[in-house]
Amino acid sequence: MLEAAQLECERGGRSLFKSLSFTLEPGEALRVAGANGRGKTSLLRILCGLLPPAQGEVRWKGTPIRALKEEFSRELVYLGHAPAVKEDLTAAENLAIACRLAGNPQPDDAVAEALAQLGLAGVNQQVRKMSQGQRRRAALARLALSASVPLWLLDEPFSALDAGGINALRGLICKHLECGGAVAFTTHQDPGMGAAKLVDLDA
Amino acid sequence: MLDAARGIVRRDLLLALRRRTDIATALLFFVVVASLFPLGIGAEPNLLRAIAPGVIWVAALLSTLLSLARLFAADHADGTLEQLALGAAPLGVVVAAKSFAHWLLSGLPLVLIAPLIALQYDLPQPLYGVLALSLLLGTPVLSMVGAIGAALTLGIRGGGVLLALLVLPLYVPVLIMGAGSVEMAAAGLDPGGQLLILGALLVFSAAFAPWAIAAALRISLE
Repeated sequence: MLEAAQLECERGGRSLFKSLSFTLEPGEALRVAGANGRGKTSLLRILCGLLPPAQGEVRWKGTPIRALKEEFSRELVYLGHAPAVKEDLTAAENLAIACRLAGNPQPDDAVAEALAQLGLAGVNQQVRKMSQGQRRRAALARLALSASVPLWLLDEPFSALDAGGINALRGLICKHLECGGAVAFTTHQDPGMGAAKLVDLDA
Repeated sequence: MLDAARGIVRRDLLLALRRRTDIATALLFFVVVASLFPLGIGAEPNLLRAIAPGVIWVAALLSTLLSLARLFAADHADGTLEQLALGAAPLGVVVAAKSFAHWLLSGLPLVLIAPLIALQYDLPQPLYGVLALSLLLGTPVLSMVGAIGAALTLGIRGGGVLLALLVLPLYVPVLIMGAGSVEMAAAGLDPGGQLLILGALLVFSAAFAPWAIAAALRISLE
């Protein structure tokens, strides 16, 4: 489904990785590991098309993603380091607008249910008054509404989450994989999910 | 696609509503700058009438510039800009919607308040319409051209000053035509020519600026 061919990434004149090739098929999870500064985030940004690779290309169902543009964007959810939630809006407002912009508009009750799944039921305050973990949950709630989007690219999804949050997220990911979706995520620590393909940038 | 554009406009208006001071600052800046000239030059009515169009237009330019620095900065900082670039709608459409929201919040208030400033300069009443019309045609151009500069200077240290140096020269045609139309009308001539050129600038920037902004943003995001 997603295919990376001979990727090379250069940041600030320094080569982070070279000749990196792998594939990601429906139902597979890919874990990107590596020490800080090894290019985990850069790799995810290359995979979603925000960053052009120095060499090589990424293909989606056989077509280079550069040629697909928005057609590819519609098939993926990318959650980056920054939570992409607006401080002046509530979690529900943020989630509704994020889904709408992703071409996946959702009714209000679906939004409320997704937030409840991430343990944010009844939290009606603006995001500026939330804790880091709650912000993270507000951002991750998008996944609960994105079951129909085949590819998830998650950058450090487990950071700033407590045990309950990690469980909820793991549940979402496992369900997505069972339904034939594909997930690529970066993490420092082992998330305790079996059967994950590994790309180790330290190696 | 249009749904995404509407969503962006609604979101930006909602954000502005939650943070009203930002709009008030730019508008107040416009009023203060335009009011400083009579204090500095002296209250000679003929002189004030003569400089009014130019002063109001320059104040509009500076006030627009003031709000431009924030156009993409917040979205860039919290990661929303990446999501916009990965949205279902082409980035060009999204930034066009963002520029439109910026104009609603910074350009339109100037159009509405300009007659009040004109009153302060004792501009003859028949000119109010021309002044407002020239601003109505010109300020969207300021928003769109400014957005190109804002996108190019995104994430650069000292970007604010660079933005001014980059954008102000590009504003010159709008300034000349905008202030010129009011001066023509004041001289009893037909301001139609200048207004038509302003209209042409508007159409031209509406057609091309969004794609330039989108390209600049993609470079900034890399």
